[in-house]
Amino acid sequence: MHAQFLRRAVLAFGLAALTSLPAIAQEPTTILNVSYDIGRELYAAIDKAYSEQVKARTGKDVTVNQSHAGTSKQARAILEGLEADVVTFNQELDVQTLVDKGGFVAADWKKRFPNDASPYYSLPAFVVRAGNPKNIRNWDDLIRDDVKVVFPNPKTSGNARYTYLAAYAYAIRVNNGDEAKADAFVKKLLENVPVFDTGGRGSTTTFVERQIGDVLVTFEAETAAVKKEYGADKVDVVVPPVSLLAEFPVAVVEKVAARRGSTKLATDYLNFLYSSEGQQIIASFNNRVRDEQIMLANRDRFPQVDLLKVDDVFGGWKKANEVHFSSGGKLDQVFAGR
Amino acid sequence: MAARPRIGDGPVAKTVVIGLVTLATLFMIIGPLAVIFYEALKLGLATYLTNLSTPDTRHAIWLTVATALVAVPINTAFGIAAAYAIAKFEFRGKGLLTALVELPFSISPIVAGVAYLFVYGGQGWFGPLLQDAGIKVMFAYPAIVLASLFVTAPFVAREILPLMQAQGNHEEEAAISLGASGWRTLWSVTLPNIRWALLYGIVLTNARVMGEFGAVSVVSGSIRGVTNTLPLQIELLYQDYNAAGAFAAATVLAGIALLTILAKLVVEWIEPGCSRGEAG
Amino acid sequence: MSRTVLPGFRLALGCTLAYLGVIVLLPLTALVWQSAGLGWTQFVAVVTSPRALASFRITVLAALGATAFNAVFGLGLAWVLARYEFPGKRLLDALVDVPFALPTAVAGVALTALFAANGWYGQLLEPLGIKVAYAPLGIMAAMAFTSVPFVVRSVQPVLEDLSEETEEAAATLGAGPLRTFMSVVFPAIFPAFLAGCSLAFARSLGEFGAVIFIAGNQPFRTEIAALLVFIRLEEYDYQSAAAIAVVMLAAAFAMLLVVNAIQLWHLRYMREGD
Repeated sequence: MHAQFLRRAVLAFGLAALTSLPAIAQEPTTILNVSYDIGRELYAAIDKAYSEQVKARTGKDVTVNQSHAGTSKQARAILEGLEADVVTFNQELDVQTLVDKGGFVAADWKKRFPNDASPYYSLPAFVVRAGNPKNIRNWDDLIRDDVKVVFPNPKTSGNARYTYLAAYAYAIRVNNGDEAKADAFVKKLLENVPVFDTGGRGSTTTFVERQIGDVLVTFEAETAAVKKEYGADKVDVVVPPVSLLAEFPVAVVEKVAARRGSTKLATDYLNFLYSSEGQQIIASFNNRVRDEQIMLANRDRFPQVDLLKVDDVFGGWKKANEVHFSSGGKLDQVFAGR
Repeated sequence: MAARPRIGDGPVAKTVVIGLVTLATLFMIIGPLAVIFYEALKLGLATYLTNLSTPDTRHAIWLTVATALVAVPINTAFGIAAAYAIAKFEFRGKGLLTALVELPFSISPIVAGVAYLFVYGGQGWFGPLLQDAGIKVMFAYPAIVLASLFVTAPFVAREILPLMQAQGNHEEEAAISLGASGWRTLWSVTLPNIRWALLYGIVLTNARVMGEFGAVSVVSGSIRGVTNTLPLQIELLYQDYNAAGAFAAATVLAGIALLTILAKLVVEWIEPGCSRGEAG
Repeated sequence: MSRTVLPGFRLALGCTLAYLGVIVLLPLTALVWQSAGLGWTQFVAVVTSPRALASFRITVLAALGATAFNAVFGLGLAWVLARYEFPGKRLLDALVDVPFALPTAVAGVALTALFAANGWYGQLLEPLGIKVAYAPLGIMAAMAFTSVPFVVRSVQPVLEDLSEETEEAAATLGAGPLRTFMSVVFPAIFPAFLAGCSLAFARSLGEFGAVIFIAGNQPFRTEIAALLVFIRLEEYDYQSAAAIAVVMLAAAFAMLLVVNAIQLWHLRYMREGD
């Protein structure tokens, strides 16, 4: 294809031209953090603290701009030219997309920052009606005939992909690896969902404001926010004994940062997430952090959970995506079979 | 107004029709509007004003107005040209052209946004070239204007076309035969004849530009305080569990719509002679 | 039909075509180009998959329902605004544009709040067994709300412009009100009415923002075609997304063509009757 070739050639030429003069660009004082949908409050706090810290340290004024949306949409926007200096996503698949399609992020991005470049983590947990009238404790309860479950469409929400995979991983475990039984488990689970919103916050509204369903499944970090927002007299939080590890990977978007000359600032910003101050803020939004002392201080807020890993159960995100979420994958089959 | 009876002017028919229509409007349009104002003001007027004066929301309002200031005049000019060509002349492919003009209406705004990505995006046709030239189209002001232009392109043409077709060419032809120039004929015959429909068209274009969500959400990159238009800001606030703030911002859009109507009334009041009837 | 002496045809047509080319046709060509990357067999497979077919069916049926409602409601509204003087008329006039001015997402949220089981309307409707929110009726309500101004604003100017003489003539000749309406008024507003309805229908086919909040988005039950496009995009499957979009596009375009043909035919018929 001529167009394709031409495009590549132009791109390559442009890149060569740009990378040859990185030092000329003045270090910018603004960076853009492109982030997942429900990280708004967290990053509003982080960005403010970071700007203050830089000001105190160097006297410079630095602004971090934020963009929040579903991470697939965000990754797509970056591929199409949104000038993100860093990404802070809620699953690695979309970071990997930035590596695979056009090398926006370094292939070894997981090694660039500690803990597989994931400064904090969370897990799918439950929000139930006050007093837990249906006595929902574990994933088994979600497939009961008398329980209606609310979570977004796994096709459009990273949050819901975790929910789906957590349920599947749980079923695999209790059925000793029997995939057919796990398939049946998630099929029943999806049948119990009366409304599929496109994003996590939409599901929260459906559950709390529209009074639909008996249990809302979302990140543990989000469950606390829901409870705080709507009051303990309306909802309770239930953390199941088994769940899935949800990591929040971060990366510098090298291609953009190199062009803008912001690599140093971007790296510094992401490192701030690992600093004691950053971890403190992150934990205050109910994310589980890597700093053991902070975790110890907050142990009453973070009950012990047996956390399954995507790598162990599904053989990695890439495979999980192919088998379950791709067009014609298990999720589509479950929907089609209804 | 003539006193001769026109159909539907009987007192019973009139009351019944007005009653039914008002009732339906109450349910269909006032209901949702009431919910918005109720939610916006639920926490008191002070909160409402605070919600509106946050820097991000103010920037979003400004950006939305800036978009409308460019998009509305362009699409008005386009609408007049298109309707003039279609209504006043006979040519082959007229039906096709009319359908083309209306096409943006039937395209899901999301799809429209994506189509623009295919053209100007980093992986699109012109994206790499533009990037090399250092021109930012996507995820910046130009993309927001482009998407708005696409979505609202047909409004003016659609509003004035039926009227222009119904009126025919007689008056213009008379003016031309009396020696008036083309522009003068357009200015003093064609446009005055369609002024109300034209005004409707402009009002609608403006309202739709300001309210456009789907297409803009694809191409704006929704950077808080930078490329967030008012509708995007509303969605963002809503997702932030700040429903009151979201609905407060929504009242601004509803208010703008009501304001444009007010402007129309003022024009009508200042220049009463130009009211309907003259055109017929 | 004689040729007109009016000037400016080339300029007007040239501007129209150039603008359409850049703003409308260029992106749409890119869209078709993307879907063409699939190849014919793949394309057919994507757009005839059971899920895609189900979403087309739901979208078209809901849009038809919404348009039928708006044909009656919109015509009534236009009639009232054009023909009667009554207190509050200006307000009613202003309210017609509200659905356009509100961002569709806000409209969706507001409608959902109204029709949900605990909402103002839902409280009344649910006990009667009428479920609107998270059901096909909800999709219809959202579509009807967002597209009602099309019918009103298309018909209203023509109604206002209608001369009284023909009507009076019909009345003096002894025709009843219904007869006068059907034989004098309706033919005159028919092209505008048809245009308004077809636009309302086309708009309903593509509506996204308002619908996804109220629909429930259950695959095969309340999932609209535009959402399916959105889902395919989220999967980075640009080509399939483009393919479904192209089908929606082609359907809408074909309908607009037919409607315009009817309109032109009608216009000629009316003029010949002069």
